[in-house]
Amino acid sequence: MSKSRIHWYKYSAPVNFYPLAGKMIPFFTGITIVLFAIGLYISFFVAPVDFQQGHSYRIIFIHVPAAWMGMFLYVLLAIYAGIGWAFNARLASMMATAIAPTGAIFTFISLVTGSLWGKPAWGVFWVWDARMTSTLILMFLYIGFISLQSSIDDTRRADRAGAVLALVGVINVPIIYFSVQWWNTLHQGATLTARSFKMAPSMLSAMFVLMGACWMYSIAIVLARVRLIILEREREAPWATETYRFEGEIRVQRQKA
Amino acid sequence: MAASMLSMFRWMVWRDLLLAWRRRTDVLATLFFFIIVVSLFPLGVGPEPQLLKTIAPGVVWVAALLASMLALGRTFGDDYQDGTLEQLLLTPQPLFLIVLAKVLAQWIVSELPLVLVAPVLGMQFGLSQNTLWIMTVSLLLGTPVLSLIGSIGAALTLGLRAANVLVALLVLPLYIPVLIFGAGAIESTVNGLEPQAYLLLLGATLILALAFAPWATSAALRISVE
Repeated sequence: MSKSRIHWYKYSAPVNFYPLAGKMIPFFTGITIVLFAIGLYISFFVAPVDFQQGHSYRIIFIHVPAAWMGMFLYVLLAIYAGIGWAFNARLASMMATAIAPTGAIFTFISLVTGSLWGKPAWGVFWVWDARMTSTLILMFLYIGFISLQSSIDDTRRADRAGAVLALVGVINVPIIYFSVQWWNTLHQGATLTARSFKMAPSMLSAMFVLMGACWMYSIAIVLARVRLIILEREREAPWATETYRFEGEIRVQRQKA
Repeated sequence: MAASMLSMFRWMVWRDLLLAWRRRTDVLATLFFFIIVVSLFPLGVGPEPQLLKTIAPGVVWVAALLASMLALGRTFGDDYQDGTLEQLLLTPQPLFLIVLAKVLAQWIVSELPLVLVAPVLGMQFGLSQNTLWIMTVSLLLGTPVLSLIGSIGAALTLGLRAANVLVALLVLPLYIPVLIFGAGAIESTVNGLEPQAYLLLLGATLILALAFAPWATSAALRISVE
C-alpha cells in the first residue's frame, strides 16, 4: 500500500521542493497571464457602464480581488508560520516569509485603488470607514511581521518569532475588525450606500476571473520567492551551490545565444 | 507545589518592584512623558474649552498608549542582559506565572501612576467629575491589557537592534481595540450616554489578554533566549 502513495513529506525538504517549485512556476505564470487577459477584456469591453458611477466603478475589478487577497494571504501566512513553528518544518516557515511581501502589496493596492475609487464615488479620497480602517491596520500587521523577521539575523529565531506574531495577529484581526466597526457606527452614518449597487453578471464574472488571476499570480510569485529564500538559507549545502552554478551557466549560455 | 508557585509569584513581583524603586528616575520619566504629551495638545489645537472636551478622551488614551510603549523595553530587557532571564526560564515553576508576575510589576510601576495622574490632566481639559471617574475606571481596565499585549512584543524583540522602534511597530496595531473601547467609554460619558457597554468590552479584552498573552509571551521568551 505504502508504495502506491505519493510521498508528500518528500517535498517538505527544501532540496526536493526547489526543483518542484521551479517546474510549477511556468504553469502558474501561464494561467495568470491567460486569466488576466480574459478578466481585463471582460472588465473593459464586456461589462456595461454603471448607471450611477459611469466608468469609475471599473476599479472594483482590481480593488476587490486585491482586498480579498490581502486578507486571505494573512491567514495563509499565519497557518504556514504556525505549521513551521509547531512541526519544526523549515519549508513552511520559508513559505510564510515568502507570502508576507505579496500580501502587503495586495493590501496596499486595495488601499490605493479604494481611495482612488472613493474620490469619484464619495467625493473624498479617504473615509474612516470600518473596512478601510481595518485594511489599513492589516497593512500595519504585515509591516510588523516583515520588519520583525528582517531585524533578526538568526533564521530559526526569525521564523519562530514571526510565527508568534502572526498567530497573535490572526487572533486579533476579528477583534480589531469588530471594534473598528462599532467605533465607526458611533461616529458616522453609513457612507457605503453608494457601494450597494446591483451587479450585472458580466461584472461579477470579470471580478471572479481576476480573483483567480490574483490567486495564480500569488502562487507563482510566492514560489519564485521561496526558491530564492531556499537558496539563500541553504547556501552552505553542496546541492545549493551546484544549483546556483548550474543556473548561472544556463543564463550565461542564453545570453551568448 | 502550589505554595511554592504562590511564593515564587510574590517574590517575582516584590523583586521587580524593588528594582524599579532603586531606579526611580526611569519610572518618573514615563510618567512625565505622559503628562507632557497630554499637555502639548491644548498648545497644538488651541485652548477652546469645547474642543478640548471633545478631544480629551482620545488624547489621554493615545498618550497612555505611547507612554506604555516607552516602558516595555524594561520588562525583560535588564534581566535578559544580565542573564537572570535565562535562570528564570530554567526554574521548575511555570513560565506563565513568572511572566504574569513581571507584567503585574511592570503595570504597577509604569501604568498605575498614569492612571492616578490622569484625572488631574482630565480636569485641565474641563471634564466633569462623573467623566473623570469613568476615565479612571476605563484606564484601570485598559492599561493592564496594554502591559499584557506589550509584553509579547517586548519578548519578541529582546536583544534586537532598534528594539524600541520595532516594538512600537508590532504592538501599536494590536492596541487599537483598547484605544477604541477606552476612549469610547469616556466619550460616551462626555456626550451624556451610558459608558457601560464600553467598560464591559474593556473587561472582556482584559480577561482574554490575561488568559492568552502570558502564554504567547512565554513562547516568545523561549524563542528569544534559546
